[in-house]
Amino acid sequence: MHGMINRAIQRFVTDTYGAERWTCVASAAELGFTDFEAMLVYDAALTQRVLDAVCGDLEKPCEEVLEDIGTYLVSHPNAEALRRLLRFGGVDFVEFLHSLDDLPDRARLAVPDLDLPELDLYEHSPNRFALTVRGSPDGFGHVMMGVLRTLADDYGALVLLDHRGERNGQEMIDITLIEAGFAEGRDFDLGARAG
Amino acid sequence: MTGGSKKSGADPENAGWHGILDRLCPMHVLLDKSGHITHAGPTMQKLRPDAPLGGERFFERFELRRPHAVNSMDDLIASSGLKLHLRFRDVPTTAFKGVLMPLPREDGAIMNLSFGISVLDAVRDYRLTSADFAATDLAIEMLYLVEAKSAAMEASRRLNQRLQGAKIAAEEQAFTDTLTGLKNRRALDHVLGRVIETDAPFAVMHVDLDFFKAVNDRLGHAAGDHVLQEVARIMIDATRRGKDTVARTGGDEFVILFEGLIDRAALDRVALRIIGELEKPIRFEGHVCRVSASCGTALSSDYASPGVERIMADADAALYASKRQGRACHTFFSPDLLSLPAMPPTDLSGPPPRN
Repeated sequence: MHGMINRAIQRFVTDTYGAERWTCVASAAELGFTDFEAMLVYDAALTQRVLDAVCGDLEKPCEEVLEDIGTYLVSHPNAEALRRLLRFGGVDFVEFLHSLDDLPDRARLAVPDLDLPELDLYEHSPNRFALTVRGSPDGFGHVMMGVLRTLADDYGALVLLDHRGERNGQEMIDITLIEAGFAEGRDFDLGARAG
Repeated sequence: MTGGSKKSGADPENAGWHGILDRLCPMHVLLDKSGHITHAGPTMQKLRPDAPLGGERFFERFELRRPHAVNSMDDLIASSGLKLHLRFRDVPTTAFKGVLMPLPREDGAIMNLSFGISVLDAVRDYRLTSADFAATDLAIEMLYLVEAKSAAMEASRRLNQRLQGAKIAAEEQAFTDTLTGLKNRRALDHVLGRVIETDAPFAVMHVDLDFFKAVNDRLGHAAGDHVLQEVARIMIDATRRGKDTVARTGGDEFVILFEGLIDRAALDRVALRIIGELEKPIRFEGHVCRVSASCGTALSSDYASPGVERIMADADAALYASKRQGRACHTFFSPDLLSLPAMPPTDLSGPPPRN
């Protein structure tokens, strides 16, 4: 698994629950080290061990932890760069949804060896969509739930999300757009350039 | 329309065209025959919110940097289809790329502009949004790439910094000279300290290469490195594996610690063997490198209680006595060496052998 993903889990725990909590997780997962490097590649089994350790330590179900990670990734100031990169995908939430098809390719432009799960958006009607998540470790759809929920707020859109579970290695999320311009949303300044 | 118009913009047909152009190329300007701006696309006008471009003389607002000597509307028409480099005359003097084409019926010209590489500054300076760029414009993708690449580069830079730090720390803790595989100065001090503690007899031999600098200067560092590796091999072969410690203590300086050996004849044989082997030509990529060596040895038996610094300094004094005798020889330390006059350093740079 790419270090970016492991590092994201580490930063989620550190920024949300503190560095000591992460030290506990790292030792429970028997990593043999404390810090993941974002630009190195790790054995895939390591990621599952870390996730199990996080869930055990926080005493939360895995789906909940994964969705919290998704939320963290696009809302915490320390992850602002990622939120910005996703906001480049579109000027409104629907355009953003359509940009998800390109997300793995976009990610590869920046980090060539970063393989993200395949995302496919189906538009049932102008306000009803389904997103499928394929070729990923279990539960990536729940991370996407957190990302979608938070970015909808970011765009000021009101949406309903429903994780339909996993079938044949494919997770499906139903997305209903209730109102595109529900709230002000967060400002996206093209020229701001997050550090 | 934001741009305003001088004469033609008011009629309905032109207004329709302006709407189309504003959407397709929001950074265009329309010029009349006299070189005045009759209309500016909405993004172009957004760059100068308090100074309408419409009605102004083009050359008063824009400076044409390339091609040179284009100063009139006729010159501009003559540059049709060429890539133009321009910038605003007032600050911020944003740079543009542009291309101009004459309109049919000699009715002026249209010039389309883009930011080129200045798009990063322009987006910040003018607080532009996606809506300010044509849907087909790659500016947003470029901004995305710049940000994504910068973030990835920053992550790589941090990793490199940490690895560099770890490498330095590891080297500081290491006992091995990475080039030759010999022990380093740190390791030597460590072993020497331990040997002195055990009260066992020992000898310290300093070996200094002669003419090594000439090899480096003439054939380069790769040749120099190769010679050092050969020298290391020769010294390992000439000493007792597992008993003696061979260390590289400087660029072309080596120290051999002989544990339990203070027999002068035996040590002399080792030194002369090393010198003899070293003087054989060393081949490197079709060139022949020739070096030699001088040796100086101090014996622990010469001291009531040998200290590391003292014995190392004395072995060095013996080494310099060898240099003084004309190199390629071996000298044992004796107190009278210390009374010899100091040798000026220039004496050490005698003529090198033909490399």
